[in-house]
Amino acid sequence: MKVLVAVKRVVDYNVKVRPKADGSDVDTANVKMSINPFCEIAVEEAVRLKEKGVVSEIVVVSMGSKQCQEQIRTALALGADRGILVETDEELQPLGVAKCLKAIVEKEEPQMVIMGKQSIDGDNNQTGQMLGALTGMAQGTFASEVVVEDGSAKVTREIDGGLQTVELKLPAIVTTDLRLNEPRYASLPNIMKAKKKPLDTTSPDELGVDIAPRFKTLKVEPPAERQAGVKVADVAELVEKLKNEAKVI
Amino acid sequence: MSILVIAEHDNAELKGATLNTIAAAKAIGDDIHVLVAGADCGAVAEAAAKVEGVSKVLVADNAAYGHQLAENVAKLVADLGKDYGHILAPATTTGKNMLPRAAALLDVQPISDIIAVESADTFKRPIYAGNVIATVQSSDAIKVVSVRATAFDAVVAEGGSADVTAVDIADDAGVSSFVGEELAESDRPDLTSAKVVISGGRGMQNGENFEMLYKVADKLGAAVGASRAAVDAGFVPNDMQVGQTGKIVAPDLYIAVGISGAIQHLAGMKDSKIIVAINKDEEAPIFSVADYGLVADLFDAVPELETKL
Ligand SMILES: Cc1cc2nc3c(=O)[nH]c(=O)nc-3n(C[C@H](O)[C@H](O)[C@H](O)COP(=O)(O)OP(=O)(O)OC[C@H]3O[C@@H](n4cnc5c(N)ncnc54)[C@H](O)[C@@H]3O)c2cc1C
Ligand SMILES: Cc1cc2nc3c(=O)[nH]c(=O)nc-3n(C[C@H](O)[C@H](O)[C@H](O)COP(=O)(O)OP(=O)(O)OC[C@H]3O[C@@H](n4cnc5c(N)ncnc54)[C@H](O)[C@@H]3O)c2cc1C
Repeated sequence: MKVLVAVKRVVDYNVKVRPKADGSDVDTANVKMSINPFCEIAVEEAVRLKEKGVVSEIVVVSMGSKQCQEQIRTALALGADRGILVETDEELQPLGVAKCLKAIVEKEEPQMVIMGKQSIDGDNNQTGQMLGALTGMAQGTFASEVVVEDGSAKVTREIDGGLQTVELKLPAIVTTDLRLNEPRYASLPNIMKAKKKPLDTTSPDELGVDIAPRFKTLKVEPPAERQAGVKVADVAELVEKLKNEAKVI
Repeated sequence: MSILVIAEHDNAELKGATLNTIAAAKAIGDDIHVLVAGADCGAVAEAAAKVEGVSKVLVADNAAYGHQLAENVAKLVADLGKDYGHILAPATTTGKNMLPRAAALLDVQPISDIIAVESADTFKRPIYAGNVIATVQSSDAIKVVSVRATAFDAVVAEGGSADVTAVDIADDAGVSSFVGEELAESDRPDLTSAKVVISGGRGMQNGENFEMLYKVADKLGAAVGASRAAVDAGFVPNDMQVGQTGKIVAPDLYIAVGISGAIQHLAGMKDSKIIVAINKDEEAPIFSVADYGLVADLFDAVPELETKL
């Protein structure tokens, strides 16, 4: 079966971003960009399914600026077969992303779409569920285990109370949680090979999708700063302070 | 226009996060309806009807909704929600799973995980692991919003007397089914609503050593949490993870033991009232947010803490 994997270009998780001085946006000039960690887990899962013989082709798709090609190439180096860039310099919001993905799904007809549960910049945790609504596909979100058999997928999900397992008819959508797998590193030969793998470019216009934003960011600001407190000498002082100064125990 | 709040429950009990979500609804407007979708969930509907500020409770009691399968509940929420100005749900794993799906059915871009209501269409929400707070204004006709429970004080669960109306819709999309679940059993308070939380990180070294934290927790009536590193290493189950991609907590007292203080962890706990850090590395970033820092080996400090409490 064919799998579609969505990968997003985001500010690397080690970078601590700050708002611009005028509060209009986040300052992302000259910061390191990477593939969203949850999307990396999505690629890894697809590659493992391919290694098991369940999956025959892995198509990766990313939406955004031309530079998203870098993240698509990374995914190709990890084992995906070909890439699609939906190129736009407009602001993308999850509904618009989900609509583009729906158009790609209609063309490619994958049996499964694997994506991250959330991206570490927008932190929206929406896109997979919205693609589910638009395509009518079932969704297995926050997955920590995926087993494909007989036209269905059993997905174990990380929920607040523990773990839940659901069975989904294929085609279905899976969004990844941290414990699904540990992504491999791309080897140098695979990075070289990835440069020759096919990468097509399209656009929201060509897909016939309206990506007009539905919300406006009025302002961005740093959160209230916490002051570092004091160091206590020992456990006795700690307990005394918690009792008499902070009054929390 | 009225506001529809989606209740969080387990078919037996109304969960506390619903009360925080109703508090956010009250900051938006006053005609607040609560939808209880479940199976054999009559007791939940009765509880919801008693909540302060609720004017109407809708109950969709059907096997299709018993396990909160998003494919089924989202359809119901979209069907009912089209007549409302706002649809709100708690930003729990249940809410996050269902709400965006309902929003897309309504062709609405939802606003996730709000921490403040500025006006009926403008909200604050954290992005980039809480390093940035964005103020966003929705232009959709219906506002679909998930609410970070720790950012709103719960409304009172008693005193109301709302009408309870049964909803005659039963949608089984037929594409997904419930297989089973493994829920953590614990006599300790719920992590997200506990007044005191004590969390362990990689410094704990293994699962058995968490026993030390459980002992302190039992003296303080605390819940026990963990860093991602401790969960990934298999010391404790996933439902204990605190952080950007785990649970968000804001107790009166948070005690971080053997946790370095990565931004992804801080995102989940830095709104706690008082933070205590116990770490043997005096340079650990956790000390930059701690009200009280103790530079010590946790294997000495934690047992001593237990005896001194
Ligand atoms: C040019 C530009 C300007 C922006 N300006 C703003 C702004 O002003 N304010 C603001 O808050 N945000 C802004 N954003 C970020 C944007 O709004 C959201 O981050 C984005 O729409 C998706 O939300 P998310 O990634 O949090 O979704 P989530 O639902 O958290 O993402 C989940 C998963 O969906 C998939 N996915 C999401 N997006 C893509 C993509 N582009 N390509 C492939 N897969 C994807 C991935 O698999 C991802 O793991 C901007 C983005 C761009 C490209
Ligand atoms: C996409 C993504 C999402 C993430 N989401 C989360 C999240 O939700 N929550 C989260 O917590 N992390 C998250 N992380 C991981 C995060 O970046 C850190 O790796 C993690 O929080 C580190 O856990 P830790 O502090 O327990 O371990 P470490 O960073 O290894 O710190 C261990 C600490 O223990 C101390 N220590 C060791 N032995 C002792 C001793 N005997 N006595 C006292 N102190 C001792 C050390 O000095 C050190 O400071 C995420 C990362 C990514 C990439």
